[in-house]
Amino acid sequence: MSRNGPFALLFHALVVLFMLAPLVVVCLVAFTPENTLSLPTTDFSLRWFRAVFERADFVDAFYNSLILAFSAASLATLIAVPAALAITRFEFPGRDFFNALFLSPIIIPHLVLGVALLRLFALMGVNGSFAWLIFAHVLVITPYVLRLVLASAIGLDRSAEHAAQSLGAGRFTLFRQITLPMILPGVAGGWLLAFINSFDEVTLSIFVTSPATQTLPVRMYVYATESIDPMMAAVSALVIALTALTMILLDRVYGLDRVLVGKQ
Amino acid sequence: MNTLAAIRQGRQGYVLSAPALALYVGLLAIPLLLTLVLSLNVFDYSSGINSDAYTFAHYSSLLGDPYFYEIFLRTMWISALTTLLCVLIGVPEAYILSRMGAPWRSIFLILILTPLLISVVVRAFGWSLLLGADGLVNQTLQAFGGSPMKLLYTPFAVVIALVHVMLPFMIIPVWTSLQKLDPAAEQAALSLGASHFTVIRKVVLPQVMPGVLSGTLIVFGLAASSFAIPGLLGGRRLKMVATLIYDQYLSELNWPMGAAIAVALLLLNLLIMLSWNRMIEGRYKKSLG
Repeated sequence: MSRNGPFALLFHALVVLFMLAPLVVVCLVAFTPENTLSLPTTDFSLRWFRAVFERADFVDAFYNSLILAFSAASLATLIAVPAALAITRFEFPGRDFFNALFLSPIIIPHLVLGVALLRLFALMGVNGSFAWLIFAHVLVITPYVLRLVLASAIGLDRSAEHAAQSLGAGRFTLFRQITLPMILPGVAGGWLLAFINSFDEVTLSIFVTSPATQTLPVRMYVYATESIDPMMAAVSALVIALTALTMILLDRVYGLDRVLVGKQ
Repeated sequence: MNTLAAIRQGRQGYVLSAPALALYVGLLAIPLLLTLVLSLNVFDYSSGINSDAYTFAHYSSLLGDPYFYEIFLRTMWISALTTLLCVLIGVPEAYILSRMGAPWRSIFLILILTPLLISVVVRAFGWSLLLGADGLVNQTLQAFGGSPMKLLYTPFAVVIALVHVMLPFMIIPVWTSLQKLDPAAEQAALSLGASHFTVIRKVVLPQVMPGVLSGTLIVFGLAASSFAIPGLLGGRRLKMVATLIYDQYLSELNWPMGAAIAVALLLLNLLIMLSWNRMIEGRYKKSLG
């Protein structure tokens, strides 16, 4: 049952069109058989997808991004889960400050973080190192994991934990057998959200990558400032497909609407 | 038991937060401080950065140089216009979504919000396809007898793409405050003979104002520091603050100047957030009486 009038529905249709148009166009142009950026009209071709896989720089950048996002999301989870438990479980001076500090990279422009890390890495002589690139990403994606884990750890029923404790379970057993399974949706959802954000990150990465550690979004950005051709559309379509796949997973483990607009 | 237990609790809290704290001190606090120091270092094009000499020259040229002034001003109006359009589109859209029936509501909510998770480079590229010289928009214009327009590499292209990227950040907080709205209040107003327009103005809008304000804050902050959109859709001549910083660092190699602009951008962002926050608090207190 819709309570919206025809004018409201027309407005809504235009907004949906506006939000989806650039993505749909990218996906269509990726299948063009032509040499120009045209919508395929008569037939579809996979030639531009083939062209992507023949470009070693794009393939390398893709693997860089994949390894980077996987390692950064995993490290961020290892850091965020204990921090979230500390914030929800324990009373200690500075707790609210920690909470605000750990979420702060969300409000600091990535560009500012990028130039700040560039200075640090240059002074340390590690600029362009892949390991430090991972740490830089961990910094910007930890807040996303933290937010989701906090949401699932707050208001958790503690009676099962108390029961296990009184039956003599050690601290680690308690975490592995009782606490972790209960916060698992938040942990898995946080990991996936962090993975997507790391995989997409361009503004910070552009400052702290070298040609050897270039990520896919950085490669695409640099390529798009120099030339625009259908190969770029094919890469974009592949990125959209990979993101969509991750989003489906995220929906399964945590619920996409909960990630996007909080608890329903 | 209490003091002892409290101490133990506190210690556990610190132990569990320690890895995160180390990360944030090492890769957030220290680099930001280093950048602040860098922005005060003397620079000249032949010898580079002089870490032992300090000057306010970069900040004074930031305030005095019309080139920088123009870019800051452009960034401000583009961000303000983006924010305004996001309010005008996002608030009604969130309201329409909240009034939809069961399956459609989640479907459209996800359709509208998920572009958020797709790489901003991809979205910028999508807009350059649509707005290019022989892009879909110009083809449509020509089909209706109009003449093609230069859209790409204009402020128009940057604003459109920024609205596309920022709209979810407006819809999410407005949607969240709409969820707290009691439908009975709307029903009551309607049954007492208020017109639909009056209900929206007197019942719905006041309730979603906090959401609109926090959306405004997020959108303006993100738009003012956006990098990939002006970089790809503004071209070389239409600079915004973020692309200016990029140039200072990677083409001019004048890091201290770039650092000064980055510090200014960060301060501006924090200032806007704090003043908005105060305003929201003020309004909230007033409405509580």
